[in-house]
Amino acid sequence: MTPSRTAFAAILAKDLRAELRTLQSLPAMALFAVSSYVIFRFGLNHSHLSGALASGVLWVTLLFAAVLGINRLFVAEREEGGFDAIRLAPIDRSVLFTAKVAALIIYLALLELIAVPIFALFFLNSAASLPPLIIVLVLADIGLAATGTLISSMAVNSRARDLLVPLVLLPLVIPLMIAATAATEPLMLLGGVSYHRFGTWLMVLGLYDLIFALLGYAVFDFLLED
Amino acid sequence: MYGKGLRPLSIATVVMWAITLSLVFFYAPIEADQGFLQKIFYLHVPLAIIALCGYVIGGIFAILHLRKDDPRWDAYSYVSIHISVIFTVGGLLTGAIWAKGSWGHWWVWNEPTLVSFLIVFLLYATYYPFRYAIEDRQRQARYASVFAITAGAFVPLNFLAVRASASLVHPRVFATAEGGLPTSMLVTFLCALVSMGLLWATLVKFELSAKSAQGQLKRLRRALDAPVGPPSSRIAPEVQ
Repeated sequence: MTPSRTAFAAILAKDLRAELRTLQSLPAMALFAVSSYVIFRFGLNHSHLSGALASGVLWVTLLFAAVLGINRLFVAEREEGGFDAIRLAPIDRSVLFTAKVAALIIYLALLELIAVPIFALFFLNSAASLPPLIIVLVLADIGLAATGTLISSMAVNSRARDLLVPLVLLPLVIPLMIAATAATEPLMLLGGVSYHRFGTWLMVLGLYDLIFALLGYAVFDFLLED
Repeated sequence: MYGKGLRPLSIATVVMWAITLSLVFFYAPIEADQGFLQKIFYLHVPLAIIALCGYVIGGIFAILHLRKDDPRWDAYSYVSIHISVIFTVGGLLTGAIWAKGSWGHWWVWNEPTLVSFLIVFLLYATYYPFRYAIEDRQRQARYASVFAITAGAFVPLNFLAVRASASLVHPRVFATAEGGLPTSMLVTFLCALVSMGLLWATLVKFELSAKSAQGQLKRLRRALDAPVGPPSSRIAPEVQ
């Protein structure tokens, strides 16, 4: 293993172990998602959802739940001096970015593993839309993790920590949400699963992931300088 | 040092605007379909184009700042984005007026360019709270540059996504500037574009020189170690 890969594995394992022991983010994210479903159920006064409404409720909930996790992503680094440790260590600093993106993708996947089946149980008539939804979820998670990690690493070093992530991240992920909701909408139609323009939207999602993953990787070095 | 060349630039801007406005009102024909209202096109479209170019330029300055580590580039980047945000507000307002006049609504969600523009504005509006939430000056400049680069990459992607979400359902109502404009309109439009670009450059230069003058003044005051503000009577009696 190259030093970078060792460092990547170490940081990722550290993050997952810390989350497993403290259970700070994930349960909160999942609970938030379920509460949001209940609020949507009464806010919209629909007991069953389909099409655009279903995809909108699902993605808004997942996005806001993700923001909770993204807010806390670097808090330990900041409070326990992890940033200084990374700066001192003889490793490439972008490793912190890739490891954090990977950790965030895992958190989001776990969140969706809980929140999406509950969504289907609460609102959908059939689970037929769930298998193709996995591709959309994976692509959206990558993009969300890349932008989220970038913004979170900057917000945590500012005065208005918890404020900045939602403030800057939400406009930044609008294209991602446009593509994800548009890809999900035909999957959840009442008449059955349809793949209308599915490929186009997956391509937009992929392009977003590619651009922001590369960009984050390229500029992350400058965020750790001091 | 930024004030150099500000006067000729301002004069050129004023002259260009005089030419453009006279072209708009006396030379360009009244459009048959929309009448006089269409003339807002010569204001709205250049505002939007120059604002977007300004964001890209701000992003390029930000890249230069990260590469060269010179705070001057950060000032350039900040001022470019600042003026572009103001232009964006102008573009949104003129767009709303045009939409009200030609479609009867102040806001139309079906027009992808307008919606993309709103999203771009929302993102860049967060530049200020983001920047000023970071206390350390160097870190503030570095983070702001990262923001400017990220947002610069976001702009084309956003246009792509919004356009894709509307293109099949709704036909484009306006032809773009290149598509089928009569020559007289095209000339006027290009004139307006140049004027708007000059206005942008003048405002950027003006704000830069104002900012640097402010900074110099602050430094001089600190060097003199005099109390800031109007000459106070507290010191004068002691001297006498």
